[in-house]
Amino acid sequence: MSVYGLYDDPNVAQQAVNNLRAAGVADADITVISSEPFEHFEFGHRDAKTSMPWIAAAAGLIGLGLTYYLLAASQQAWPLVTSGMPIAPNWTNLIIIFEMTMLSAILVTVIMLIFTAFIGQRGKLYDSEVSDGYILVGVENPADAAKLEPALAIHGGRVKTV
Amino acid sequence: MSRTQNNRLADDLVRPLFNTSVWFYAIVVAAGTVVLSGAAAWAFQLWNGIGVAGIRWPVFWAFYLVNFVFWIGISHAGTLISAILRLVDAGWRRPVTRCAEVITVFALMIGAMFPIIHLGRPWLAFWLFPYPSAREIWPNFRSPLAWDFFAINTYLTGSVLFLFLPMIPDLALVRDRSTGWRRKVYGALSFGWRGTTTQWNRLESAMQIMAIAILPVAVSVHTIVSFDFSMANVPMWHSSIFGPYFVAGAIFSGIAALIIAMALLRKFLHLENYLLPMHFDNLGKLLLLMCVLWAYFVFNERLTVWYGNEPHEMAVFWATQRGRFAVPYWTMVICNFVIPFIILSIKPLRTILGCVVASFAVLIGMWLERFLIIVPGLSYKQLPYSWGDYGPRPVELIIMAATFAAMILLYTLFSKFVPIISIWELKAGDHSTPHAPAAPAHASLMASAPPEAGHS
Repeated sequence: MSVYGLYDDPNVAQQAVNNLRAAGVADADITVISSEPFEHFEFGHRDAKTSMPWIAAAAGLIGLGLTYYLLAASQQAWPLVTSGMPIAPNWTNLIIIFEMTMLSAILVTVIMLIFTAFIGQRGKLYDSEVSDGYILVGVENPADAAKLEPALAIHGGRVKTV
Repeated sequence: MSRTQNNRLADDLVRPLFNTSVWFYAIVVAAGTVVLSGAAAWAFQLWNGIGVAGIRWPVFWAFYLVNFVFWIGISHAGTLISAILRLVDAGWRRPVTRCAEVITVFALMIGAMFPIIHLGRPWLAFWLFPYPSAREIWPNFRSPLAWDFFAINTYLTGSVLFLFLPMIPDLALVRDRSTGWRRKVYGALSFGWRGTTTQWNRLESAMQIMAIAILPVAVSVHTIVSFDFSMANVPMWHSSIFGPYFVAGAIFSGIAALIIAMALLRKFLHLENYLLPMHFDNLGKLLLLMCVLWAYFVFNERLTVWYGNEPHEMAVFWATQRGRFAVPYWTMVICNFVIPFIILSIKPLRTILGCVVASFAVLIGMWLERFLIIVPGLSYKQLPYSWGDYGPRPVELIIMAATFAAMILLYTLFSKFVPIISIWELKAGDHSTPHAPAAPAHASLMASAPPEAGHS
């Protein structure tokens, strides 16, 4: 069972989040769903901290190292002499190494996004009215849904229990 | 933004997906016919051999490679411009980015076909791919053509993802407004997007990282395309200026393509309230900047060659200045510099129509520029015994026309199935700058921005 309110004003949605906290609901248990990001509101920054940039950078470095190794190893294994260049010339290899570094960072970023924003998401609470511009603030499987309804029933917010 | 305004915005931008005008069918049939003609022309070339094209000794690279460079250049319209504007958080980018990113993806796909069309035996194109082949060698990683493979595929992969990720919330919106099979398709494409704060934060982080990563890739792609030429000892090719010269030209033609696409979308999808004169004015200023930059590079390139006075380079130089390539050369100068400079530097002329006229001129000029880089150099090699001529054959002209039609067709189909303007970014832009001066069409949206109380 879930209880939630729908609001058309982000200020009221913020107040609903604050009320839920005041009612003793843990921050991690509060669900906020909207059809746009609300960067200028506190609730829009919940769970904002991410190690995605560091992991992307690490992936880039791993891509760099792997490409360097694979290029040099394959060039040594199948040596081609080209106009007096070394068998494994760093100048030209750098071009491919650069592309693979960036590709590794990009692909790992997308994989991270899939895991953290889609596969790793808890809960299924949703209301298609979110697409009409409402902001959903609610709690899934609350201990006492009736106790939370007053916290959500503010300033014309419509409270639903499903 | 109030909910009514929110709905109006979504309705306006989702409407083209549900209502089909007669224009859509007309464009699909017309463009589709030309694309099929191009496919037939290619089949004719495959059946009869590459000899049916005009390429022959000494000009082995001509129309197909001109179009390859041209389309890869056009691809710089989207991801590069979008990434720059996203990183500097330019508010006016919001209605523009998706229109631009789509151009990148389709232009890259079209451009990447040309090296394959150019091959005498395209079924052996996989020899270029990095794998240990039956010939017991790997491709020569020192070849600029192998670099092209890595660069274009990296850019294409990155651009597809850069386009697709911010589309997910809008696909979810379409899902919620659809029924039946549409709901299933858009539901699958939106990966169960709900719009939780975690999803928004992760999406924004991913887009920031990708914008940072894709920028140098975009620059590298056209630099590497320029290496296809500058690594060769052909008169007026072997030049260190080619990298930045190609990149500047690519951005120049890319912006021109974007302006034309936006003007057509504005007209046919009735997006007058979203693609504003202000957007064309801003892009017009960017086009003007690139126009001047392009002229600077051309002057640099020409001056150094003229001052060096190498006989084999001067043969190409004079062929383009006053010889048999003079007409396309001076047409290029007029199209790339004179027309856009006059139109775009005079503010009353920098209207939507003015920007479109300048952009058409730039596209013609940039195509001619690619032609003039490739063909004259090969026509006047170091020794006069290897001088020769080139003229395109019908098969090359038809295939070239088909690629322009393919771009129109793909763009039309895309805008039929996906909101061509990012709805959530537009909405986010309205409340992220509550006190910014309102642009005409967004005036009501700005006015309803939330008060400061409650902000973090």
